[in-house]
Amino acid sequence: MAERVKVTIDGISIEVDAGTTILNAARLIGGDIVPPAMCYYSKLEGSGGKCRTCLVKVSKGSDKDPRPMPKLIASCRTGVMDGMEVQNITSPEVVEARKGIVEMLLLNHPLDCPICDQAGECKLQDLGYEHGSEGTRYEFERRTFEKIDIGDKIQLHMTRCILCYRCVYVADQITDHREHGILGRGDASEISTYIEKAIDNDFSGNVIDVCPVGALTDKTFRFKNRVWFTKPVDAHCDCDKCSGKVTLWYKGEEVLRVTARKDVNGEVESFICNTCRFERKNTSEWTIEGPRKISHHSVISSNHYELANPPAVIRKNPALKEANIEEFERVTRH
Amino acid sequence: MGRKLLLENINVPGINSFEVYRKHGGYRAVEKALKTMSTEDVVEEVKKSGLRGRGGAGFPTGMKWSFLAKPEGKPRYLVCNADESEPGTFKDRYLMTHIPHLLIEGMIVASYALGAKTSYIYVRGEMMPQIRILERAIAEAKAEGFLGKNILGTGYDLELYVQPGGGAYICGEETALIESLEGKRGNPRIKPPFPAISGLYNCPTVVNNVESIAAVVPIINDGAEEYAKLGIGRSTGTKLISASGNIKNPGVYEIELGVPVEEFIYSDEYCGGMANGKRLKAVVAGGSSVPILPANLILKLTTGENRLMSYESLAEGAFASGTMMGSGGFVVFDEDQCIVRNTWNFSRFYHHESCGQCSPCREGTGWMEKVLHRLEYGHGKLSDLDLLVDVAKKIEGNTICPLGDAAAWPVASAIRHFRDEFEWHVSHAEEAMGRNYGLAHYADPLPKAETIAAN
Repeated sequence: MAERVKVTIDGISIEVDAGTTILNAARLIGGDIVPPAMCYYSKLEGSGGKCRTCLVKVSKGSDKDPRPMPKLIASCRTGVMDGMEVQNITSPEVVEARKGIVEMLLLNHPLDCPICDQAGECKLQDLGYEHGSEGTRYEFERRTFEKIDIGDKIQLHMTRCILCYRCVYVADQITDHREHGILGRGDASEISTYIEKAIDNDFSGNVIDVCPVGALTDKTFRFKNRVWFTKPVDAHCDCDKCSGKVTLWYKGEEVLRVTARKDVNGEVESFICNTCRFERKNTSEWTIEGPRKISHHSVISSNHYELANPPAVIRKNPALKEANIEEFERVTRH
Repeated sequence: MGRKLLLENINVPGINSFEVYRKHGGYRAVEKALKTMSTEDVVEEVKKSGLRGRGGAGFPTGMKWSFLAKPEGKPRYLVCNADESEPGTFKDRYLMTHIPHLLIEGMIVASYALGAKTSYIYVRGEMMPQIRILERAIAEAKAEGFLGKNILGTGYDLELYVQPGGGAYICGEETALIESLEGKRGNPRIKPPFPAISGLYNCPTVVNNVESIAAVVPIINDGAEEYAKLGIGRSTGTKLISASGNIKNPGVYEIELGVPVEEFIYSDEYCGGMANGKRLKAVVAGGSSVPILPANLILKLTTGENRLMSYESLAEGAFASGTMMGSGGFVVFDEDQCIVRNTWNFSRFYHHESCGQCSPCREGTGWMEKVLHRLEYGHGKLSDLDLLVDVAKKIEGNTICPLGDAAAWPVASAIRHFRDEFEWHVSHAEEAMGRNYGLAHYADPLPKAETIAAN
């Protein structure tokens, strides 16, 4: 049994296992005090510390050494100590610093949300909305790149990239050989494959799911539909390469895309293989489990199941039909 | 004339060869340390000497050594940081070019103290001649039995390697240096863990500047007490200063810490005064990363006392009126220099050298560079000044490594102390393209500190 330590975040105390990071402790508490994280990904070893959006103030180091930490620290990479006191949204310093970082992240971002496939499920949109200011003070030309196809199923649009390095860690850790990394440095650095060599690997599609912005997109879904017009449905299949647990995104009766299931923190529950992601787009290949619960904060939750006359895909499937009735009753009661 | 410890024999012909170096008392420290002292003794001696890191941060070297973890079955490493790339600093190159055996001697003693069996000298890639000089010196020392297996019959083995870097400024940051040494992209690591616990190949590692390691030699030779007698307060010993800019005699000087700044600039022993009869406008005292100070603040403290060349005195007044010792890159500006242009030039450097790993530094350095470029070329706005201060504040302290701070400080301090000149660049944009702002009031005596009458 691991040692338990007590940490207080914005006045809320919680006991966690020793070695837990501040961010993960905050996630256990949940709610508004969870620092945003653009680069940290709990399933990717070594990720985090780069985007600096999760900066927090440690006002008391620990019971043993109560000195505060001199600088704001990245909560995703700092372990908790017994008796540590952390300020996140209660510290004006943190709020101010985070605002600055959001502005920096958006500095070279094209803000082409109206034509971006990620819109609606983009972490940067959420971040900008929750922690940013309305305008930017940047008055110069933004950096741009040509779009690059990496493999026949994935497109890389570096212009939108915020260099979180998540896809690099996926390529390093999930796929079996590394062909994908960073070229250049500073604000001229870019994600690239080795001399634009196509990523040819069964798990390469996961770079799409981990990308917090629209830099890596699924070419089989590009420009097909806005995500908030599609309906997420959990399904599984017998896959010999991966867990086979996915979310299908329906428009009418057609499966427009397949992604891994994402939890409340926007992280995938388990990585899926390219066959499931790109090849299996018929309902008949899947066992439907039921509608995917989407946080009501998300624009995607405006996909209503509660229709008096549900479309055929719902009518034919008992699980979805059940969900429709539930939702319909819940909504019409008000 | 101050006492010289490192550069004492620098003018002896052939001092770069083993033979001459040995004849002038070289490698005595190795004999003394390996034959008569235990490893703890050496660490204790360095601790007592009060030697502080000469690379920039000024962290006590002995303390750093004593923090090194000593787990069973894991090798420990000593890495010498010779990736000197700070604009305005060239002391390590000078030392390595002319007296390479001093560094090697220091490396042997320091490696022995830390129990390292393999040590590296990470040299900046552009310094090809120095790499060859060091490799020759290592071969000579090895032939004489000072390196390799069973050094001087004491049973201590040490292999010393020179590793050229790729020439990136960021690789002077210790964790980026370690990454680069491991053959990876030179991105700084996120700390903790610190290198003393998990550094090179995940083993405990100490990274020291060239000058810090060289300074171990006189400490062992003469004893810590003798070394600590030099200097002032907690700034003990001597320091190499790379003096450059509009002075009569630019070059590398070894000073005893505590020399007044005024004496350093104007005495013939050191810089020899301003060149061409111009007047002093500003000084960057410790390499491009430290805050720039106008003439009146660099010569005197706000209390009216003389500012001294020491870690404490240069930092006196913190960011409001002080600067830092840094790596000792002493850049002097006369009245003809444009501070706006210089600040732009520095920020251009940091924009180019940012590794791009964390967002405030990656985006912020480029932003500051563009705004300063606009100011310098006459398209600036008055609001740009506050914008720059704000951007600098958003970068400072929020990054993975100190490069963010190093990029923010010169900009913030230039605007703090030379705001008039920046404003003039906006209000007289056309004139600013043709001539410089000049000295203005930057050398005026400081206003007397107000004393509140007690009654």
